[in-house]
Amino acid sequence: MEIHGLDRLICEHAFFAGMSQDYCELIGGCARNVRFDKGEYLFREGEQADEFFLIRHGRVALEIMAPGRGALRFLTLDPGDIAGVSWLVPPYRWLYDAQALELTRAVLIDGGCLRQKAEANHDFGYEMMKRFMTMLVQRLHAAQLQILDVYGTHG
Amino acid sequence: MAEAASVPIVCRVIARRRETRDTWTLSIDAGEFAFEPGQFNMLYAFGIGEIPVSLSGNPGAPGPLLHTVRAVGSASQAIAALKPGDPIGLRGPFGTAWPTSESAGSDVLVVAGGLGLAPLRPAIYRLFAKREQYGQIAVLYGTRHPADILFRREIQRWRRRLDATIEVTVDHADATWHGHVGVVTKLIERAAFDPGHTAAFVCGPEIMMRFAANALEAAGIAAERIHLSLERNMKCAIGQCGHCQFGPTLICRDGAVMAYDRVRPLLTVREL
Repeated sequence: MEIHGLDRLICEHAFFAGMSQDYCELIGGCARNVRFDKGEYLFREGEQADEFFLIRHGRVALEIMAPGRGALRFLTLDPGDIAGVSWLVPPYRWLYDAQALELTRAVLIDGGCLRQKAEANHDFGYEMMKRFMTMLVQRLHAAQLQILDVYGTHG
Repeated sequence: MAEAASVPIVCRVIARRRETRDTWTLSIDAGEFAFEPGQFNMLYAFGIGEIPVSLSGNPGAPGPLLHTVRAVGSASQAIAALKPGDPIGLRGPFGTAWPTSESAGSDVLVVAGGLGLAPLRPAIYRLFAKREQYGQIAVLYGTRHPADILFRREIQRWRRRLDATIEVTVDHADATWHGHVGVVTKLIERAAFDPGHTAAFVCGPEIMMRFAANALEAAGIAAERIHLSLERNMKCAIGQCGHCQFGPTLICRDGAVMAYDRVRPLLTVREL
C-alpha cells in the first residue's frame, strides 16, 4: 500500500527506521508539520512538555540558561534526531531550551495523543519505548563522556 | 643500536606558534629528516627532561619539523616555552605509522579528540596528497570547547574542500558557537562510509578512543581496520627500558599506532 504525507515522513525518519506502516499511521494521527526560523525556540525550560519533534532539516541546540553565563549549549541535534523526551514522564515539563540554529523543519508529535495510543495498544507502546530507550541510553553514554572532561589536562 | 636513536642531536627552534591557551607548535630545524605519519620524536629540554611528541607537520613537504606540544608538565612546559634560536635535543623518528598506503582503495575515517588531532595531521596531509587513491574521506574532530580547537585556520581550509567531510564538535559551548555540540562518536553515526571497505584512524585520550572504537565497530568496521595511537610512559623509545610496556607489547617499539583487534583485550585491564 502506498503511504502519503506525514505517515511517509515519519516512516522515512531515521528514528522510526523499520517501523511498520500501521504504526507510522498511528503516529501520523498525532502529528503535524512545523518549521522554525533561525533563533526561534521549539520549547523553553519550565513550559509544559506536550510534544516532541522529529527533526527533518536544520539544526537545534539544547541549552540551559545560567545567570551571568548566558546560554550553555550541551547538545546539538541534526536531521534524523529527536528533540524532546520530557513528554515521556511526569510532570511533563521541559528542563532546558531548544533553539533552532538555522531554519529547521520538523514533524511535531503530540505526546499526550501518543501516550493514549500506547496505553490502548501495548505492542505499539513497547515498540515506541524500545526506540526511545535506545536513544536515551546513547545520550546517557554521551553525557557520561562529556562530564568526564576527557580532553582536560588530566586526559 | 644506532647512536642516533639513543643520543639526541642538537637542533634549533626556528618558530613557535600558539595554537590554544596551553598548546604550541614548534618548528624545528633538523636538516634532512624523513618520517611517516603517526611517528614521534623524543624532544629534550636540556637540563629538564625528555618527552615523546608526535610529528604534526606534512611528511611530504621539505622544511622544518613541526611538533605540537601541550604545556602540562615540567618538560612539556619547558619545550613549549622555547623561542626561535633556542637549542633542543631530538631523537627519532620512532614508532609505527598510520596505515595510509594499506588503506588505499578504502574509505578512511579520521577520528580525533583534543590534542589527538596533532598526530593525525600528517596522515590527513598524506590522504589529501594522494586523494585519488581513496574513497570517502571524513575527518571527525571532537574537543572540549571552541577555544580548544587545534589548527583552526587549517580546519577551515579543509572544510572548503569538496572531496572530504570535515566535522568538528565540542563538548561544551556558549551561544556564540553554531557548530555541533556533543561527543565525537555522534559524528560517526552521520559520516558517509562503506563499513566493509573502511579504515579508521583514531587518536585522542584513551577513554575517547575506547568509545570511538566501540562506535566504529558497531557501525560495521572490522576491528583490524580500526587503528589507535596509544600513549604510555615512554622513556628510551627504543624498546630497551620497558617503561611503556603494555601487556606483551612495548608502545615505543610496537606502536604507538596499533590495530584495535590487537589492543582491545588490553584496554580494559586496570593498571596496565
